[in-house]
Amino acid sequence: MSTLLRLATAGSVDDGKSTLVGRLLHDCKAILADQIAHVQTVTAQRPGARGDGTDFDFALLTDGLRAEREQGITIDVAYRYFATDKRSFILADCPGHVQYTRNTVTGASTADVVIILVDARHGVLEQTRRHLAVAGLLRVPHVVLAVNKIDLVGYDEAVFTGIAKDVNDLADQLGIADVHAIPVSALVGDNVVERSAETAWYDGPTLLEYLENATGRTDTSQQPLRFPVQYVIRPQTDDEYRDYRGYTGTVASGTVSVGDPVVVLPSGRRTSVAGIDKAVVTATSTAVAERPSAVAGEAVTVRLADDIDVARGSVIVAAEASPGTRRELAATVCWLSDRPLTVGARVLIKHTTTTAQAIVTKINGALDLDTLGVIDAAGLDLNDIGKVQLKVAAPLAADPYSSNAITGSFLLIDAHDGWTLAAGMIDDEEGELL
Amino acid sequence: MTATIDAPEAALNTTVTELDALESESVHVFREVAAEFERPVILFSGGKDSIVMLHLARKAFAPAGVPFALLHVDTGHNFPEVLAYRDRTVAALGLRLEVASVEEYIADGRLRERSDGTRNPLQTIPLLDAINGHRFDAVFGGGRRDEERARAKERIFSLRDEFGQWDPRNQRPELWSLYNGKHRPGEHVRVFPLSNWTELDVWHYIEREQIPLPSIYYAHERDVFERDGMLLAVGPYSQPRDGETVTRRVVRYRTVGDMSCTGAVASTASSAAEVVVEVAASELTERGATRADDRVSEAAMEDRKREGYF
Ligand SMILES: Nc1nc2c(ncn2[C@@H]2O[C@H](COP(=O)(O)OP(=O)(O)O)[C@@H](O)[C@H]2O)c(=O)[nH]1
Repeated sequence: MSTLLRLATAGSVDDGKSTLVGRLLHDCKAILADQIAHVQTVTAQRPGARGDGTDFDFALLTDGLRAEREQGITIDVAYRYFATDKRSFILADCPGHVQYTRNTVTGASTADVVIILVDARHGVLEQTRRHLAVAGLLRVPHVVLAVNKIDLVGYDEAVFTGIAKDVNDLADQLGIADVHAIPVSALVGDNVVERSAETAWYDGPTLLEYLENATGRTDTSQQPLRFPVQYVIRPQTDDEYRDYRGYTGTVASGTVSVGDPVVVLPSGRRTSVAGIDKAVVTATSTAVAERPSAVAGEAVTVRLADDIDVARGSVIVAAEASPGTRRELAATVCWLSDRPLTVGARVLIKHTTTTAQAIVTKINGALDLDTLGVIDAAGLDLNDIGKVQLKVAAPLAADPYSSNAITGSFLLIDAHDGWTLAAGMIDDEEGELL
Repeated sequence: MTATIDAPEAALNTTVTELDALESESVHVFREVAAEFERPVILFSGGKDSIVMLHLARKAFAPAGVPFALLHVDTGHNFPEVLAYRDRTVAALGLRLEVASVEEYIADGRLRERSDGTRNPLQTIPLLDAINGHRFDAVFGGGRRDEERARAKERIFSLRDEFGQWDPRNQRPELWSLYNGKHRPGEHVRVFPLSNWTELDVWHYIEREQIPLPSIYYAHERDVFERDGMLLAVGPYSQPRDGETVTRRVVRYRTVGDMSCTGAVASTASSAAEVVVEVAASELTERGATRADDRVSEAAMEDRKREGYF
């Protein structure tokens, strides 16, 4: 099992996100000497610097764009890589500003853990609710609540417990099962990597301890097989591969084994798996080697027993657990565009390896962040979360997002300029929002 | 504040499954591009990242060949070992190589040599001209997000406008593993299959896959002199100035680029396995240690990338 953990951070502007990420990287010794020297130089040149060699703005370790440094805010997701003795981490450092919520959605879509920051002095804000909703909607397996700046409230246990309770109540409403609250000071370093002497009342793990022990991605290798075909390989050379015809793709869920009975969607034709190949390349030769099976997450090439029509956009699925196909979808979307969505909009939908035209036939409401209920909405604006119905020009082999994050997710794309308009998650039968 | 790296074993513990996951992600990206674009091209410099990228592309399409051409933006300041490697590889695999030559641009006056002599920043215009001239619509680069702060902001599919420009403040959201390659005529997409790899991952992979590299990546003796804290080779494009003394040292290169501004590091690592150990214990980033041109300003890389650089 892979020990890689993917994290995303979220929080309002000035909650201390950049500082926390900088602190985490620094205390994990993931920052090298030239980067540290750089931050020291820049910090020392600022107005108000002490100039005694102790000036160090942790936020500068992560804010990568000029505009970010000038304005002191994070605008776009930055990806960071670090490792401890126990495991490796990919961290998506996401902006807090409401205008850039789409970037938080981006970071959360691949995260195993979302770290939501709250300023201990301010408690839960609208952005906290929005980020919790995004984490719940995208079904991020774990949420860590970092109650930051605990130094500024005198390390008061009651403040911490109060915020943790507020967030837990929200999480219950949003159906988020696992929230763990930690009192931290990103600036001082309390409970980030080092345990704090000031919070004797807290006996849980430090942030890093929590991350080192969190379970990673849900293992989907026991679920029914879904294998979206990306690209067909036909070498058409004069050698042993003259008649080779392989279907490439990444196993989206389940396990594919030689001999398995499968169905190819959308045609519904039945066949079986004749072979599974992985590449073997040396400096001068390019060949494939057969494998008995492949599991979710592996990029392989599948050969089928019968010569049937299979192309990009086909999905090879377990014969005994086919999702069938549909042209109408009920889904929850995060609207990511400045242009509002209205009923009747014509868009492109990108679902696994299929891109097709679609029409938004209905908007069934939008999430109200104050009540976390669904309210009527004639349209959706930037950063809105809403429920829609779509009619699609091609049959899709789709599952509910709650049972399969890959065959249950899609993008809506502007056919004219190519902009990504929305992240979509297909509803299950109950059609619950979250 | 000090930067002690006291746990190199930690970094050495990349499990096989982690490398497999990275490989699968990259292979997936290559196949998406092959299926959705008409004229993709791989930027191939003969450096280790582009070599790993080509290796992954070959894996993505085996047993068939790579369905893309290669493009080398040649500064004219090359390490001969790297050029020889490039040509051997192209011949052995029967690939098509396009070369965009900075030297030619300087010779006919379309570009002017910089006062500092480095040619890395001069690559942008020949690169964009080659992309336009060949109507390449997807351009694979070997950039990694761990290299540099502006690169840390890069998408895997990164849109460039018709002037080749990157607008880092207005990037498309990139969700799950659904890559949006839609672009209008004249626009193109830069694709970074190694986005999530670190320098250490790359070396682990080179070791595991036994990928041959140009010899300068491993320890060898060379006449060098010190400038700005870097060891520069004595050669046709870089000569010691007054007061810079030449010594013969055992060195290797962590990156290869314009010979005049790419520094060597003192090293006795003579195999990928030994380099892995060395990189894990390193106290400097790859670029900080070896690239004079990236040190110019706080935003040197961002500015170059906005204009269309790799
Ligand atoms: N006292 C205190 N200040 C903090 C802490 N974390 C961050 N800050 C300060 O809060 C301000 C905003 O932090 P920053 O990391 O830029 O916030 P971001 O907008 O969420 O990235 C800065 O002045 C930080 O120094 C903390 O734990 N304690």
